[in-house]
Amino acid sequence: MTAIRGQVYVVGDNVDTDQIIPAEYLNLVPTIPEEYRKLGSYALSGLPRAAGEPPFVPAGATTTPYVIVVAGRNFGCGSSREHAPIALGAAGARAVVAESFARIFFRNCVATGELYPVETPERIVDAFRTGDEAVLDLDASTLTNARTGATFTLRPLGDAGPVIAAGGLFEYARKTGMIPGTRPA
Amino acid sequence: MTMTEKILARAAGRRAVEPGENVWVRADVLMTHDVCGPGTIGIFKREFGPTARVWDPDRVVLIPDHYIFTADEKAHRNVDILRAFAAEQGIPHLYDVGTPRYKGVCHVALPEGGHTRPGEVLLGTDSHTCTAGAFNEFATGIGNTDAAFVLGTGKLLLKVPATMRFVFDGEIPPYVLAKDLILHVIGDIGVDGATYRAMEFAGEAIMRLSMEERMTVCNMVIEAGAKNGIIACDETTRAFVRARTSRPFTEVANDPGARFLVERRYDARTLEPTVAKPHSPDNRALARELREVRLTRAYIGSCTGGKVSDFVSAARVLKGRRVAVDTFLVPSTTDVARALRTETIDGRPLLDIFRDAGCQISLDASCAACLGGPRDTFGRINGPEVCISTTNRNFPGRMGSKEGQVYLASPYTVAASAVTGRITDPRELLQ
Repeated sequence: MTAIRGQVYVVGDNVDTDQIIPAEYLNLVPTIPEEYRKLGSYALSGLPRAAGEPPFVPAGATTTPYVIVVAGRNFGCGSSREHAPIALGAAGARAVVAESFARIFFRNCVATGELYPVETPERIVDAFRTGDEAVLDLDASTLTNARTGATFTLRPLGDAGPVIAAGGLFEYARKTGMIPGTRPA
Repeated sequence: MTMTEKILARAAGRRAVEPGENVWVRADVLMTHDVCGPGTIGIFKREFGPTARVWDPDRVVLIPDHYIFTADEKAHRNVDILRAFAAEQGIPHLYDVGTPRYKGVCHVALPEGGHTRPGEVLLGTDSHTCTAGAFNEFATGIGNTDAAFVLGTGKLLLKVPATMRFVFDGEIPPYVLAKDLILHVIGDIGVDGATYRAMEFAGEAIMRLSMEERMTVCNMVIEAGAKNGIIACDETTRAFVRARTSRPFTEVANDPGARFLVERRYDARTLEPTVAKPHSPDNRALARELREVRLTRAYIGSCTGGKVSDFVSAARVLKGRRVAVDTFLVPSTTDVARALRTETIDGRPLLDIFRDAGCQISLDASCAACLGGPRDTFGRINGPEVCISTTNRNFPGRMGSKEGQVYLASPYTVAASAVTGRITDPRELLQ
């Protein structure tokens, strides 16, 4: 598949969809390109931050320097808003590596193809600091912290694997004959 | 098979299904609203083509409810998108803003409109779609992409969830409401305690609950991460559904050999008024343990705590009393708003009881401040408020400002706390 290399952004447990994209921005429609980009600029803006902690998207910017979010348990809990994985993807993040995900968020990642939702069998939030360089190797199922050299094994993608590999729900359905042909021009 | 497994097997055209299996399931109803509908429609057109038709216009229900009473122009545009789509596709079930059909919060509007029926599969672009499990159906929240797929095909690939069963023996005490019961369960199993699972509620205490109270229980299963909540069908269910739709339905019951992942038994008589402290629905305490917590406001509304019976409960406490903190009331639907004038306690309409008590009441039924919303939303938390609320979530910033602190509780506890200005066990005020 692919390796994703870049800086990580570290968050804790139970980061809900209101923290990923606050409800006041749900007036934006993700399929309108200009509003898609705007959603990206607000990604994780609802997250409470300690003094000195950098925001996910720097002030005045529309994209993030962090390509991998490292999280604890139950990432993406709360509402079913697809705006949440879309905001992270639109900001430029490519993957969330978490101890566990809330069901609808995980599914929305898979269905949209915006982000790779990857689980780890162990807790990794304490082994990373925001800004660490990391390599997420989806073929080898590993996440390596370039600063410390520590490598962590990822859980297999399971049932979501074939859907992710096909490029999302619609492509999977076309591939398996559930819907005909190709996407209309 | 369990009730959930039987519904999914039937919807998949199979004799049986096993937990963990992925099956293509036929949807009976797809619901969407003003916040997720426009994006869903955008994906539908992108993937199926600009002239595509929905699979069955009569099975699509469009309920604008989130951002209605706001000056926000994009919010108004989003309702326009729903209108245009309903007209183009010939969808009869649009509960349009500014018309007598307008209802308000989708999870309460769906049953009112006769769209919740036993044995069916209801998919909705909102996590609290699980509310409808109270009607003995499989109901779950999905994203825009999945919803767009359903719009075009009437089907969705779903993983069959294993069932966790929660049995409540005995009778619930008169000062305890369904909200206390579900907060107690979430406190037990945690906010990810039922991830990918069905939660079934059973036992004498559950089957004695009204339909609205059963809805409150199933509404919050998502707060434990569950895929769906479900309750058996009885005469309470049948009477409610038959009064609102003439469509036939086929109820489901657990088979004698149904297998449950876990079964937990509770003595309902031991339940007490329960609160979820900031900032998580599983941060459980008893109301009587929190009497030192000073409040700056109270809020009664939403799909969880803004139904007719929720306001009746609040009025029982507030009658003849004055609130000590700003207390915001928002009915979930227009039917509930009307009931505030027609429902009475000792001959006094609820609306008058609330006005006498000094509450701030908006009769504009909607989701309002439950999820914060645009800055001009009624009751929104815009600073370091300490709020006790009948709503469903209290993650940081859920009702607006990240500086706010939200305590979740039953309508009894919220009303009692509004009177004293601190978190109060309603037993102190209920006679």
